[in-house]
Amino acid sequence: MTEMKKVFSRPDSLKDVQTHFCPGCQHGTIHRLVADAMDYFGIKDQTIGVASVGCSVFLYGYFDIDVIEAPHGRAPAVATGAKRVHPNRPVFTYQGDGDLAAIGTSEIIHTANRGEKLTVIFVNNTTYGMTGGQMAPTSLPGQKTSTSPEGRDIGNDGYPIKMAELLSGLEGTAYSVRVAVDTPKHVLQAGKAIRKAFKTQLDGQGFAFVEVLATCPTNWGMNPLQANERVADEMIPYFPLGVYKDATE
Amino acid sequence: MANKIVIDELRCKGCALCTIACPQKLIKMSKELNKQGFLPAVISEEDLERCTGCTLCAQMCPDVAIEVFKGGK
Amino acid sequence: MEEGLTKRLFVKGNEAVAMGALEAGCRYYFGYPITPQSDIPEYISREMPKLGGQFIQAESEVASINMLLGASASGARAMTSSSSPGISLKQEGISYMSGSECPGLIVNICRSGPGLGGIDASQADYFQSVKGGGHGGYHIIVLAPDSVQEMYDMAMLAFDLSDRYRVPAMILADAVIGQMKEGLTPHPYVAPDDLETKDWALIGDGKAGEQKIVKSLYLGDGELEAHNNRLHAKYAVMQAKEVRYEGVDLDDAELVITAYGSTARIAKTAVRLAREQGMKVGLLRPITLFPFPKAAFKEHTSAGQKVLCFELNNGQMVDDVRLAVPGTDVSFYGRAPGAGSLPTPEEFLDQIRNHYEA
Repeated sequence: MTEMKKVFSRPDSLKDVQTHFCPGCQHGTIHRLVADAMDYFGIKDQTIGVASVGCSVFLYGYFDIDVIEAPHGRAPAVATGAKRVHPNRPVFTYQGDGDLAAIGTSEIIHTANRGEKLTVIFVNNTTYGMTGGQMAPTSLPGQKTSTSPEGRDIGNDGYPIKMAELLSGLEGTAYSVRVAVDTPKHVLQAGKAIRKAFKTQLDGQGFAFVEVLATCPTNWGMNPLQANERVADEMIPYFPLGVYKDATE
Repeated sequence: MANKIVIDELRCKGCALCTIACPQKLIKMSKELNKQGFLPAVISEEDLERCTGCTLCAQMCPDVAIEVFKGGK
Repeated sequence: MEEGLTKRLFVKGNEAVAMGALEAGCRYYFGYPITPQSDIPEYISREMPKLGGQFIQAESEVASINMLLGASASGARAMTSSSSPGISLKQEGISYMSGSECPGLIVNICRSGPGLGGIDASQADYFQSVKGGGHGGYHIIVLAPDSVQEMYDMAMLAFDLSDRYRVPAMILADAVIGQMKEGLTPHPYVAPDDLETKDWALIGDGKAGEQKIVKSLYLGDGELEAHNNRLHAKYAVMQAKEVRYEGVDLDDAELVITAYGSTARIAKTAVRLAREQGMKVGLLRPITLFPFPKAAFKEHTSAGQKVLCFELNNGQMVDDVRLAVPGTDVSFYGRAPGAGSLPTPEEFLDQIRNHYEA
């Protein structure tokens, strides 16, 4: 019998440690896809990651790269500072829905608007995970959270915000895409999108944004499989997957 | 066997996403707790025989707990 | 230019601080317009591109302090500037810079508050500046220039101190110092010998090996306590080594006037007038507000001298004077923010006379 070949293993850029993420939380999957992209381009030792606040805060514990920790919502501004000092180094941010679409809306819009050559990974799980499941700007109408116990009321709280669409309207955005990781097919597509988002930066094309729909089983009050189904059944219909802007050559 | 997966029992958090990823439903959830207190995913020797090494289980796994080996005739 | 001639310029305080910063090697500016300091981003927007640096007018003061955090973490000399309400917005970022030990220069051309307040000079941001205006119990270096020349010189000093201790530095001026025009003698920047290379900075240097992390989160048992103690140990070293102040006629003074910034200029004139009238009065002008010149106050009140503190606020620095010399007779005279016009030397002289004779 010929020897077996390992065809799947942990990427080099991802540390060999157990994560703090809950069972079924898709941060882990998304971390792996980002690490895959860094491995693919061989940029691990040049990359600067900007950690944000939320379950994503432990970025430096999981990626084997240099990292700076930003205040809540400010990662795009911090990344701008780093990228302007090191224009030849890949710089990316990794942010959740509170960080990017609530407190950080100004920073993300203006960073995209300036066309900063950055890659932004936006994990949308329609809730504030780290702080215990409060309503997020992306929480769906009627979604019960710890701060919308009767369900998100459009009259009081407005509609969920669609970031991939919003940022696609800016000249400075070169690439804006929404993906999910709820099926193997979607995982592979997400991996491609993340890789392209890094390539956009490496080719100096401009601002690249990937919104990834993800689960938060703990705060949704579901088990991992139920949570994963919610992505397909409820989230994807509201937040359609697809490329919203591709101005890359 | 031609292909195999190796599930790191201590990394696995028992989320079961791999069980829906496998096109042949070869992965099951153990009935015995691991040291972390989770019921990890397991695959029997018998089921391993039918593994095609497609890697879809590993792609779905949020904890990168699965390694996949292919080849050998 | 002919040999032996000294180049002199006639510039605004705001431009002088920008010139000093650029001369000190600052090549990254992130800021936002606000009266009375918009001359600073305007000047830098013209000059920075000529030096190959980066100028960004950011979307807010919040964004700009965070760009400073990112640039500083990446090893560069970088700065921001604002005025009181904008400095309030920057407090979170300054706290993060302090916790992450990222150096950098923040210029506050103080206006009056609270809230939207007014655009005239005040000294109402003293507490905010020296007591660690953001959360967490840190301190930053605070320098208080009283002239256009000092704006220029202190920009260089601020970067040196900031890099030496990895503590953010603030230049605390006000609308008067920022807007006034005076003679300036520019001079080349000379780096101190003791500044180390920034091994801690993120440079994406392609070396495999230890990951560099710039962060302020410390969750392990006792980790943050140890970190805070380390920060405060740094402040103690600064207190021992980096205090700066100016003394005028202090040797035989029976009444010590103290003031900083533009108030000190008025006080200097008042002290001169008082001396002409035979009063033994001197001026102790703190230049570093943090670290505070406690030892100087002790020295000049050790024979029972009294202190009279002048400020353009309702009483802030006077608290630190009282803390430094408990048991000393310390009085205060101030003008609340929004007075609209500066106190006159005669107004201060009246106060001096009252306290001298009392």
